[in-house]
Amino acid sequence: MKKLINKPEDVVAEGLRGMALAHADILKVQFGPDYLVRADAPVKGKVGIVSGGGSGHEPMHGGFVGMGMLDAACPGAVFTSPTPDQVLAASRAVSGGAGVLLIVKNYTGDVLNFEMAADMARAEGIEVEAVVTNDDVAVKDSLYTAGRRGVGVTVLAEKMAGAAAEERRPLEEVAEVCRKVNAQGRSMGMALTSCTVPHAGKPTFDLPEDEMEIGIGIHGEPGRTRMKLKTAAEITELLATAVLEDLPFQRGDRALALVNGMGGTPLIELYLVFQELARICKGRGVAIARSLVGPYITSLDMAGCSLTLVRMDDELLRLWDAPVRTSALRWGV
Amino acid sequence: MPITRDAVLDWLKAFAAAIASERDHLTELDSAIGDADHGANMDRGFQAVLGMLPAVAEQDVGAVLKAVGMKLVSTVGGASGPLYGTLFLQMGAATAGKLTLSPAEWAAGLGAGVEGVARRGRARRGEKTMIDSLVPATEALSAALEGGASLEDALWQAERAARRGMLDTTPMVATKGRASYLGERSAGHQDPGATSAHLLVRAAAEAWAPEREPHHP
Repeated sequence: MKKLINKPEDVVAEGLRGMALAHADILKVQFGPDYLVRADAPVKGKVGIVSGGGSGHEPMHGGFVGMGMLDAACPGAVFTSPTPDQVLAASRAVSGGAGVLLIVKNYTGDVLNFEMAADMARAEGIEVEAVVTNDDVAVKDSLYTAGRRGVGVTVLAEKMAGAAAEERRPLEEVAEVCRKVNAQGRSMGMALTSCTVPHAGKPTFDLPEDEMEIGIGIHGEPGRTRMKLKTAAEITELLATAVLEDLPFQRGDRALALVNGMGGTPLIELYLVFQELARICKGRGVAIARSLVGPYITSLDMAGCSLTLVRMDDELLRLWDAPVRTSALRWGV
Repeated sequence: MPITRDAVLDWLKAFAAAIASERDHLTELDSAIGDADHGANMDRGFQAVLGMLPAVAEQDVGAVLKAVGMKLVSTVGGASGPLYGTLFLQMGAATAGKLTLSPAEWAAGLGAGVEGVARRGRARRGEKTMIDSLVPATEALSAALEGGASLEDALWQAERAARRGMLDTTPMVATKGRASYLGERSAGHQDPGATSAHLLVRAAAEAWAPEREPHHP
C-alpha cells in the first residue's frame, strides 16, 4: 500500500509540524506532551474547549482549532487515544479563568484517558466539565457493547459549543449546548474499502471488490454487516433511514446535514450522496436548513462516507452560523 | 525464595522483549477485531519503560512498579494505556517500600493490580478482554501457593491458566472495547489484550523459573 510518508513512526510528528507551519496565523503546536492550541490562547474569560483523539481522522480535531471552535486538540498516535498528560497540558494552556470543556468521543480509550486527565486538572483547581458524544446508530447502546461511538456529531458539536464559548457564555451553558447537539444528532457510516495504518503496511481488513461494510467506525475496524455493493441511492437510503428513524426525526423538523467523506472518496461522490439525502429528507418532511459536505472526520484513506443529521432550533442555527476561523472551517470572518 | 527488586526488573525486561517480538502478532489480532494498533502501542510503551528503568533501578519494588505505571499511562494511549497503567500503579501501591517480596506478597500485589484493571475498565470475565487471562492467572497463582506449591511451579501454573484464558477468548462475543462494535463478528478471533496479558504472566515464569517450564502438548 503506497503512502506519502517518510518513516511510519514519524508520521504524526511530521504531520503536526506541517500544520503548524501551514497555519501559523491560527494555531501553534507543542511537543512533549503533544497538542495543538489556538495562537492567541488562553483567551481570558472564555471557556476553553479541548478535544482530541487518535491521529488519522484529520481535519478532526487539529483542523478545528481556532476562533469559534476548539481552543486545543490533543493528537494521539494513529487511531490511538491521546494520553492524560496531553489533555492536562492542553487544558492548562487554554484555561482563561472560565473553566474548560472536554469534548470526548465515546470510545473506551478516549473516555479512560480523558477521565484521568479531568481528575488531574480538577486537582489543580481548573474547573472541568466533560461531554461524551455517542451519535453512531450502527452500534446498539446496550449492556453488551461499549456503547454508541462518537462520530460525525462531534464535529458539529465542536462548532456550536465553540460559538457559545466565543459569546463568553459560562461553562455549564457551553456544556449544555454540546450535550444538546449530541442528543439531537445521529450518524451512520459505510465503507467501500478499509484503510491502511502507517505501521501495518496493508489494509486493516479485506473488502472484496463487490462488497461494502455498513456501520463502520472511524478506525478502520470492520463494521456491523457486510453486503454486496449497492448504488449510491440504495446506500443513502440505508444510512439515512437508520439515522432518521433512530431519533426519530419528525415531519417539520429542520436539520443540519453532514455528508462526510472517510478520506478516500472524491467530493463529486459525496455531493451525489447529498442529493440522494436531500430527496429522502424532503420525502419525510425534514427540511435541510444547513449543510456541510466534505472530509471532516476521516479514517486515513478509507473510501466511504458517513451521514450525520442534527435536529436544529433557532439557537443552534445561530451558533452554527456564527463566525469561525480554523484551518478546516472558516466563515463569517 | 524471595522475589528481589532486581528480579522484578528482570520480569519487566522479559515482558518488554516479549512485546517487541510479538508485536506483529498483536497487530494482526487487533486488525481482525480492532484498529490494528495494540502491538505498536504496547511496544512503544514498553520501549519507553526500558529507557526509564535505569533511573529507578535502585528504588523499592513499589516505586519501580509505580514509575512503570505512570510511564505506560503517558506513552501507550488507547484503552491499554490507562488499563496497563492502572495494573502497575495498583501493584506498586500494594508493594510500596519493599525491596523483596515473598511469593504470597507477589501474588497479592498482582491480584491488587488485576482488581484495579477490572475496576477501571468495568469488566468481568467473559467479556473478551485482558481480564480473561489475568483473573485465571491470579487465581491459579494464589491457589497453587496456598496449596503448598513452590513459587516456580506456581508461576507456570499461572502461565497455563493465562494461556487457557487467552485461548478461551476466541469464541467469545466481545462486550467491552472496540471489539464490541462488531457484535457477533468478534467471535472466532483471539483477543489481543488477553494475548498481551498472557505474555505478562509468562514473562514472570520465564524470568524466575526458566528451567521449570513444563512441556506443552
